[in-house]
Amino acid sequence: MMSYKKRFIISLVLSLPLLVDMVMMPFGLMLPAYNWIALVTTTLIMALSAYPFWRSAWASFKHHHANMDTLVAIGTAVAYFYSIFAMFTGRPVYFESAAFVTVFVLLGQVIEESMRDNASSSVEKLLDLQAKDADVVLGDKIVKVPLAKLKVGDLIRVKPGQKIAVDGVIVKGNSSIDESMVTGESMPVRKEVGDDVIGSTLNLDGTFTFKASKVGEDTLLAQIVELVKKAQNSHAPIQKLTDKISDYFVPLVMIASILTFVIWYVCLGSTPVQALLYAVAVIVIACPCALGLATPTALMVGTGRSARAGVLIKNGEVLEEVDRLTAVVFDKTGTITEGKPVVTDIVAENEKEVLQLAASLEEASEHPLASAILAKAKAEKVTLLPTADFISYQGKGVCANISNKDVFVGNKHLVKEKALSEKLKESYDKLQEQGKTVVFVGEAEQVIGLIAIQDAPKKTSKEAIELLNKKGLKTVMLTGDAPKVAEAIAKEVGIKEVIAGVLPAEKAKYIEELKEHETVAFVGDGINDAPALTTADVGIAMGSGTDIAIESGGIVLMKNDLLGVVRALELSQKTFARIKLNLFWAFIYNVIGIPIAAGLFVGVGLTLSPAFAGLAMALSSISVVLSSLLLNRVKLSV
Amino acid sequence: MGKVITVIVAIVLIGFILWWFFDKHEQVEVKAKKTGGNEQEVKITVDGGYSPETVVLQKGVPATLVFERKDPSSCLERVVFSDFGINELLPQNEEKKIKFDTSKAGEFGYACGMNMFHGKVVVK
Repeated sequence: MMSYKKRFIISLVLSLPLLVDMVMMPFGLMLPAYNWIALVTTTLIMALSAYPFWRSAWASFKHHHANMDTLVAIGTAVAYFYSIFAMFTGRPVYFESAAFVTVFVLLGQVIEESMRDNASSSVEKLLDLQAKDADVVLGDKIVKVPLAKLKVGDLIRVKPGQKIAVDGVIVKGNSSIDESMVTGESMPVRKEVGDDVIGSTLNLDGTFTFKASKVGEDTLLAQIVELVKKAQNSHAPIQKLTDKISDYFVPLVMIASILTFVIWYVCLGSTPVQALLYAVAVIVIACPCALGLATPTALMVGTGRSARAGVLIKNGEVLEEVDRLTAVVFDKTGTITEGKPVVTDIVAENEKEVLQLAASLEEASEHPLASAILAKAKAEKVTLLPTADFISYQGKGVCANISNKDVFVGNKHLVKEKALSEKLKESYDKLQEQGKTVVFVGEAEQVIGLIAIQDAPKKTSKEAIELLNKKGLKTVMLTGDAPKVAEAIAKEVGIKEVIAGVLPAEKAKYIEELKEHETVAFVGDGINDAPALTTADVGIAMGSGTDIAIESGGIVLMKNDLLGVVRALELSQKTFARIKLNLFWAFIYNVIGIPIAAGLFVGVGLTLSPAFAGLAMALSSISVVLSSLLLNRVKLSV
Repeated sequence: MGKVITVIVAIVLIGFILWWFFDKHEQVEVKAKKTGGNEQEVKITVDGGYSPETVVLQKGVPATLVFERKDPSSCLERVVFSDFGINELLPQNEEKKIKFDTSKAGEFGYACGMNMFHGKVVVK
């Protein structure tokens, strides 16, 4: 069978004589033997270009189905066979209606087809981003191995400017990596030994070797493509309406067309030919395609666009939930905050000395706060001093001898009997107020300084939460931390409501309670938040693409950044708004188009010939696909 | 006289349309055939719809759906299983094999790319 393009070109070329005649008509000119020329060219057009419509229409008719092809087939067949009848009984012919309807409908199909391919292929193109092969280290040799042959455990060397073939962990070297194709993060990320690298991302400046941990279908990119493909083909609940309509639409249009004929001919006394033209126009203008295309094309473009921005939307249902959201609940640690404590303040006469003593003492400790102090010492390039007589007091702190002095680092339980100056006491209260954890550093029996440690909010958290507040969403923090700590962070980033001291297992219960009055989104990092993520109306997982996050979230953010939440909500809303807009236009088009074609507005001089009805029909489905494609260009606030 | 006949013909046509398209017509279910080894296969002809419209697969047995599109209409050129993220192009007059996951029992609808034609796979 010929492609649409071929069928279109044939019909266009063959209809040229008819077009010439139409242009000449106002000048009183006519092609010689027009009827015969029209008969021959139209017959060819019907046989070559329109016949497939007839064939499909008949095949579905046998199944008790009717679709767009049915309408085009009836429209063209009626005009064509009537014209043959008219020609041999000496009446005016309407071959051009049959011919032009075919031309326009096929034109619409050709354009629509190419645009639809455009809409669906954007994500599969992601897979083209993959490297074709990789340099595998075998002993002291380096061998080029094609992508499909890579195995878990292979050591792969990556040079500057090369694509990273698969997912893995760096074992040697370091580099900056452009991960924008997967996470949407435009800044290069610094990676060192022990850091994960993602397949298909681009190595920028260093050479390193990594050990492959995931290959083939298990790689993050393959999983993303799989997920997005599912999302693109999922159903949005709003579609159920059009599913129902599509079953009834075409038969009802046929009935409307018959009624049009009867009313014009029998009730209004017009000629049978005029009545027939109205009836054919009704058949041809009705466009079930626009209705059918409205949702899937927008879903396809919207989810594809989101994926490129590092936002994976699972399915059409999620879009509709997002549209109804009234509250966003955040996990604290790792979601709003960085997830690892850092030293924020050092209060002392000699800050460097305090840091040096604390770091030297903590070097042997495994306490999480210790790593914050050590990291700070490393950043400040403080040298550590040797310690002797190390004693650890469980839950209080540590003591040791440094340079013949007894030095201690600990919490308030350790310093109960130690001397604390008024000034330090004041600072201590202030830091406590800010929700920071404070450790005391002292020599002999005297506290000489304070170190405040906090799991600080991510740089973008405040901006993101402000934007959400501005959208009128209720922002809530749900955390296992102590109320004071939680409130301090909430205040800093602008969160309105805090629910603190919640055990991980209870989070889902609180979400359940919130759901009684609100439509709730929960934002978490996916590792222990899975129940809360699934309980919420919309689960937004920020896991930089861990398996659990992909499993339990309705939306998955590839980038560990709260601005992604804003982006995700905006993209979902825009996509859903586009679906509604498309459906609205598709309905309106039919609601207005059919009465015009039926000659309802003939009183104000508004009528449509069958050929123009065909053009309008073609344009309506093109406009729906075009409107969906425009989703690729909508502006986002972040 | 012509007008009376027109009205009668119109009424008959409308009645026929209502009966043909809206009245319930029996649909047959077709069970998949076992093929060599522990697999099942069922053929679905795509021509103005899917025939058979409902196929029944046995749970847990790897299944292949063989689609053959005879219809030239672009409406039917893709088949979409929205539950599985399957969206495949069906080349005209060629057999297109689609592996179907039968690990879960249930009814899974599928449709053409424009969601105009519907079929169903029942796993039990």
